[in-house]
Amino acid sequence: MSTRIPKWADVVLIPILSLFLAFALSALVVLWIGENPLDALVIIMRGSIGSAYAWGYTLYYATNFIFTGLAVAVAFHAKMFNIGGEGQATLGGLGAALVCLAFGWPHWLSAFPAILIGAAIFGAAWAAIPAYLQARRGSHIVITTIMFNFMAFALLVYLLVHVMKAPNSMAAETRTFPPGTHLPTAHEMLAWFGIAFPKSPPLNVSFLVGLASCLAVWVLIWRTRLGYSIRAFGHSETAAIYAGISPFWVIMISMLISGGLAGLMAVNTVAGEAERLLIDSVQGAGFVGIAVALIGRSHPFGVLLAAFLFGILYQGGVELEFEMPAVSREMIVVIQALVILFTGALDNMVRIPLERFFAQIRRPVG
Amino acid sequence: MDFVTAVQTLDSMMRLSTPLIFACLAGLFSERAGIFDIGLEGKMLASAFFSAAVAALTDSVLLGLIAGLTASMALALVHGVASITFRGNQLISGVAINFFASGMTALIGQNLFKIGGRTPSLGDKGRFLPIDLPFSETLANIPLVGPLYSELISGHTVLVYFSIPTVILSWWILFHTRFGLRLRAVGENPEAVDTAGLSVSAHRYQAVLICGLLCGLAGAYLSTGMAAGFIRDMTAGKGFIALAALIFAKWRPGFALIACLLFGLLEAVAIRFQNIEIAMVGTIPLQLMQALPYILTVIILAGFIGKAIPPKAGGIPYFKER
Repeated sequence: MSTRIPKWADVVLIPILSLFLAFALSALVVLWIGENPLDALVIIMRGSIGSAYAWGYTLYYATNFIFTGLAVAVAFHAKMFNIGGEGQATLGGLGAALVCLAFGWPHWLSAFPAILIGAAIFGAAWAAIPAYLQARRGSHIVITTIMFNFMAFALLVYLLVHVMKAPNSMAAETRTFPPGTHLPTAHEMLAWFGIAFPKSPPLNVSFLVGLASCLAVWVLIWRTRLGYSIRAFGHSETAAIYAGISPFWVIMISMLISGGLAGLMAVNTVAGEAERLLIDSVQGAGFVGIAVALIGRSHPFGVLLAAFLFGILYQGGVELEFEMPAVSREMIVVIQALVILFTGALDNMVRIPLERFFAQIRRPVG
Repeated sequence: MDFVTAVQTLDSMMRLSTPLIFACLAGLFSERAGIFDIGLEGKMLASAFFSAAVAALTDSVLLGLIAGLTASMALALVHGVASITFRGNQLISGVAINFFASGMTALIGQNLFKIGGRTPSLGDKGRFLPIDLPFSETLANIPLVGPLYSELISGHTVLVYFSIPTVILSWWILFHTRFGLRLRAVGENPEAVDTAGLSVSAHRYQAVLICGLLCGLAGAYLSTGMAAGFIRDMTAGKGFIALAALIFAKWRPGFALIACLLFGLLEAVAIRFQNIEIAMVGTIPLQLMQALPYILTVIILAGFIGKAIPPKAGGIPYFKER
């Protein structure tokens, strides 16, 4: 199918056209509410990239979406639709919290690797059962991961209400983590180099881990034997089996990596921002990851750009609600839905006309 | 647990099962025709909102119902266009529809009524009222039969009474009519239907629209039957529980009814007793009761109790050969 259009059109033009359609419809919604979509756009841009303060929030949100987007993308390469990022990140948050509360960590440099490992292992473990059931028993991964999202939430509520609740707090949350687990924020890190950055944005060292994860996933998928196996399996299961690739291991490993990446997302929110475990530390980022992976075409660089775009939308959406009360924050959920619809499900609606167009302009030459 | 408590729990099971039954049947039609639908939740939510919003504005429960059904079927049509005409990924389309419904209902709700995405409380004309069956007052004092009749059987809204006949009707349509046979064939072996000179797309569209209609009933019941108004994200995972029930029932209508009643009972018990204490075992936390439908479904899916095999052509777009 994709041979009928040039590669650049497949990789760049189709996502951009799909995004354009999604944004055009969103603009109509804003218009219908009775506000000017161009004004809304200006507010979103000013609120998300108009100041250092705004950048601090935008990149903080983008960090969440980098992790969950990569999680969905890695699974996509093995033709697995991991819709369970939300649950895996919830468990990742639990893992991060357990590590933080386990010792009186002396310094963040010693705590940080342990937090990352704890979050990744808990996230991966939550993906392991659906992966095993898919690989060994053929249970549809989409359904099982949805079920595991609900179970993760029930488990977290149980633990926060009955087991891990801070003794003198009314809310269902753990006690604040010890000071040795405080991850440096952008304000503190940039101060080491003498650069001034506002103090309040929650952007922290997790962002750098996110960037490193993009690179690591790129190396994994395109530069290693394992990545080749994953891609081969994703393209054709029968061909992969013929080439001696074990479907069981490809499904298991790709889903474990996916779950681990989703789990890492919680390091940013739990250890980086809240510094205690709350009921709602994932905030839908697991689902945003689906949109991010779809626009990013499951490529780490695309995921990075798409995560940044959604960071802009989330931070800008907060400002938008503040300045245009008629356009509430749910507008972002609508945009997210339209992006998923156009880039994911209605892909052919954009692709088929493009194929005709390229067939037209190529005919005289060939 | 005394007799009256048991009857009251069963009574609330009936109420809580009703939306599950409609949504589960909705999924049954769609998935039997080969279209996976994880967007049951979104369609229910859209219908719940539009039923309550239009009922609040017009003070007519029927106009509300029509609006709810229309909204749900519109989303079903989007799912149909994406997954049948454009042969897109049905699961991704379902995810998109869920988010779209969640965002749009909150957005429109806030814009129309300005009370945090809720609709105003509905008056008596704006919602389905409980129907007292004849003699429920007089029979109430007879031991055993009295409470059973007046608590459990009498006093529900019309949609609750409608739910079990709908199961029977669905079973009859799917398994005893020509249309049903073709619908199931489209989900198992679309090539055969195509060879017979029938349109695969047309049958799939009909299935998807029936799915929209039934989700619409489920949603309308939530906001204008069970409650008196819409609150944000009021479906709260019921669409997924219905999906779980569908798998639990292995895509069969009779078992779907049993699965929905079971999941409804679990919810009723969880609401009534909060943390349940069982001698020797200890306390069963509320959260475990809430997660039980999902856990049971995973066990069924894992094939430890029989094997849940979905319709063969489910999720696969049909390419007509030339």
